[in-house]
Amino acid sequence: MTENSVTRRDILRTLAVGAVSGSVLQVIPAKAAEYAHQVVHTEKAASAAGKYALKYFSPHQYEMLLTLCETIIPKDEKSGGAVEAGAPEFIDLLTSENEEYQLALGGGLQWLDSFCSDRCANAFLDCTAEQRKEVLDLIAFRKNAKQDSSLSQGVAFFAFLRRFTCDGFYTSKIGIEDLQYIGNTALREFPGCPPLPES
Amino acid sequence: MSQVIRSPKMYDVCVIGSGAGGGTAAKILTEGGLSVVLLEAGPPVFPEKDFKMLMWPYELPHRGAGVGGHAEENFSEFLAPNGAWNIEGEPYTSAPGSNFQWFRSRIVGGRTNHWGRIALRFAPIDFKSATRDGLGDDWPITYDDLSPYYDKVESYIGVFGTHENVSSAPDGMFLPPPKPRCTDLIVKKACDKIGVICIPSRLAILTKSVNGRLPCHYCGQCGRGCVTASNFSSSQVMIPPAMKTGKLTMITGAMAREVILGKDGKAEGVSYIDKATRTEKRVNARAVVLAASACESARLLLNSKSPQFSNGLANSSGAVGRYLTDSVGSDGWGIIPQLEKMPPHNHDGVGGMHMYIPWWKFDRKNDFPRGYHIEFGGGRDMPGIGEFNYLLHEEEGYGVGVKKRARQTYGTGIGMAGRGEMIPNPDTYCEIDPNVVDKWGIPVLRFHFKWSEYEIRQAKDMQETFRAIIEAAGGEYKTKTPISGDRPFGIAEGGKIIHEVGTARMGADPKSSVLNGFCQAHDVKNVFIMDGAPLVTNPDKNPTLTIMALAWRASEYLLDEAKKGNL
Repeated sequence: MTENSVTRRDILRTLAVGAVSGSVLQVIPAKAAEYAHQVVHTEKAASAAGKYALKYFSPHQYEMLLTLCETIIPKDEKSGGAVEAGAPEFIDLLTSENEEYQLALGGGLQWLDSFCSDRCANAFLDCTAEQRKEVLDLIAFRKNAKQDSSLSQGVAFFAFLRRFTCDGFYTSKIGIEDLQYIGNTALREFPGCPPLPES
Repeated sequence: MSQVIRSPKMYDVCVIGSGAGGGTAAKILTEGGLSVVLLEAGPPVFPEKDFKMLMWPYELPHRGAGVGGHAEENFSEFLAPNGAWNIEGEPYTSAPGSNFQWFRSRIVGGRTNHWGRIALRFAPIDFKSATRDGLGDDWPITYDDLSPYYDKVESYIGVFGTHENVSSAPDGMFLPPPKPRCTDLIVKKACDKIGVICIPSRLAILTKSVNGRLPCHYCGQCGRGCVTASNFSSSQVMIPPAMKTGKLTMITGAMAREVILGKDGKAEGVSYIDKATRTEKRVNARAVVLAASACESARLLLNSKSPQFSNGLANSSGAVGRYLTDSVGSDGWGIIPQLEKMPPHNHDGVGGMHMYIPWWKFDRKNDFPRGYHIEFGGGRDMPGIGEFNYLLHEEEGYGVGVKKRARQTYGTGIGMAGRGEMIPNPDTYCEIDPNVVDKWGIPVLRFHFKWSEYEIRQAKDMQETFRAIIEAAGGEYKTKTPISGDRPFGIAEGGKIIHEVGTARMGADPKSSVLNGFCQAHDVKNVFIMDGAPLVTNPDKNPTLTIMALAWRASEYLLDEAKKGNL
C-alpha cells in the first residue's frame, strides 16, 4: 500500500503539473489514466469491510427479497442471477435511505404475504413453488390488474421491484459482462465503428 | 458594524465566481499584471479525489443512483461535483403560475466541472437577428468583434471540430475530431436521406495535447470530470495559470452578498458571508467583475441598493433581471433494429457526441423564429441505473426472458435532444422576493417564466424531426408527447437546460440595457459582468464558449482601462 501511495502521489502530481505548467509529460495518457484508476480500485477493495450488514429489511423480508430478486433475474447458461450480482444488498441500502422506497417495498412485501395468506393460507415463503408462480404470474402483468382491481397494488409493487432488481443487476460486474459492454478503459486512439451490418 | 472583518488590502480586481467567465477573467487579468481576489461560494475541487473517472457502477455502494436513489434528480452520482436545482438552505421561489428551475454550482470551476463541453460559436446573424425578424434586440457588438476572441478561447482550451461552411454554425480553430461511432454513421445516413445537415460536433475535449494537457483517453466520461484535464474545466485550465502568476488570491466558501458603492459613485469592494464562520467579511478592490452566473449576478446587483441606485446597483435602466431566457429543450428517442446486429465493441469515445445536427433550415420560412440544433447519442454506453426502464415497462414478466430481451435491446437506442432559441418576453424575468432570505440572510430570487407560442412551435418541430430521422434510419420512434398541458411537445421547464442568460444584457442604449459592449456597466464604470448575464440573445448554441469569448475580450478591455487609469 505504501509503495502504491507514493507512486500514486507521484503520478497525480505529474498529471497536475502537466495540466498547469505545460511541461511535456513522458507518460502516455492511457497509461496514466489507467494507473490512477487501478490505484483507486485497489484502495477501495482494501477498505471494503467484509460482509454486507442489513440496513432496512427484517431477516424475514430479506429472505422474501432474495427469492423475488432471483426469480426476476435468475441464473442462466450465460450469467449468474440477481442475488450473485448483489441486487438485494443494493436494494436494502437504498431503501434504508428513502421513505418512499420503504413504503413501496416494505409495504409491498407485507401485501404479498397477506395476499398469499388469503389465497393459499400460507405466507409467501411457505407457499409451494406452484403457488408462488401462480401469484407472481398474477402480479407481473398490468393487464391482470385491469381485470381484477384487487391486484393493482401488487402489480405496482412488482413493477417497482423489477426495475430496482434490474438496476442492481445491470450495474453489477456480472450484469455488465452479461451485456458484453466493452469500454471504461483508457485508449490511445478511439477505433470508431466496426463495419456496420446491412440494415 | 463592529463584527465586519475588513481586509485592509486593496486588490486591483475582485472577481465573483470561478466558472467559465470568472475563470477566464482571473487568468487574463492576473497574466496582465493585476492583483485579483476571487470569491467562490463553494469549496475547492480535487480532481484525483472528487472525480470518478474510470470507475464502475459496482465500485460505488449506490451504483450511481446516489443516497436514497436521489442522484438522478441532478443527473447521476458519477458526475463531477456539479451543483443542483435545489440546494439546502439556499432557496429561490417561482411566482404563481411560473415554474422555473434554477441550477446552481457551488464549487471552484462551477458548472464547467461537469458541462457537456459543447463549444459552439454564435453566428454573425445571431448578433443582428432583430434586424432580420424584428424580435428582441440586436447586440451592440458584431460577430467580427468577437471572432478573434473565439479564436483565442478555442486555441487555448482546445476544441475539436471540422470546417464545414454552414452559415448557422461558424467554423473555428479546431483540433481533429474523433472517429464516428456506429450511432453517428446511422444518424448521418438518415440525415443525408432527408436533407438534414449532420456534421462532426465541436467539443472542448483534446484530441491532441495542448499546452501540456494530455490528449483524451476515450473513456467517454467527461461529465465525471477528467483527472488528466483532457477536457476543459475552469478549475483545471483557467485557475491554475492564474494561480501561477502569484497575483491571484482565491477565497472559497465566500458567498457574495453586496457590491459596495463608494462616495465617488464607483464600486469599492464586495461584502460576503464567510460560510465556515458565518461572519460578514469584506474585500476592497478597484474594480469588480461579477461572474456568479447570470441570475446570481442579477441577484447581487438587485441586492446592492444605495441612495444612488435604489433599484439595485447599475440598474438605472430597470433591465437587471429582465430578458431572462433558457434554451428551448425537447428530447426523444427511438430503437434502431440495425444496431442489434452490431458485435460487442468499444463505443465509449469522448464524453459527448461525436457528431451533431446544426440548425439547417436557415434557408427557408419556418412557422417559428430562429432555430435549434440537435444533439444525439446512444448505443453501447456503459450500462447504468434506469438502463432498461423502458423495456421493463413494455415487456413485463420475469425470469430468463427478461435477460434475453435485455441482451437483445442493449445498445439499440438513439436519443435526441433539440436545443433552440427562446425569444425574451415580458413575462419572463427574475426579481428579489420581498419575503424570503436564504440561510446566509441574503434575499432570494423570485422567478417569472413563460414559454411563448414561438418556443412551443419549435418544440413541435423538434419532435417531428426526431421522428423523421429515427424512421429514416429504419427505427421506431418511441417518445410520445402531449400537444398541450404544462409541457406541450415535451418542452422542458424553464431552467432545465441550464442555459439561463440575459439578466444584465449589453446594449447601445443605457436606457434599456445594463452593460456596454465590453460587459462594463453603463452606470458604474468599474463594474463588469462576465457570465451569461450580458447575452442579448440566446441562440441555438450552448452559451459557454461565448461567455468565455466575451469575458476574454472584456478582461483585455479592463486591463487597458486600468493601464490608462480610467478605473
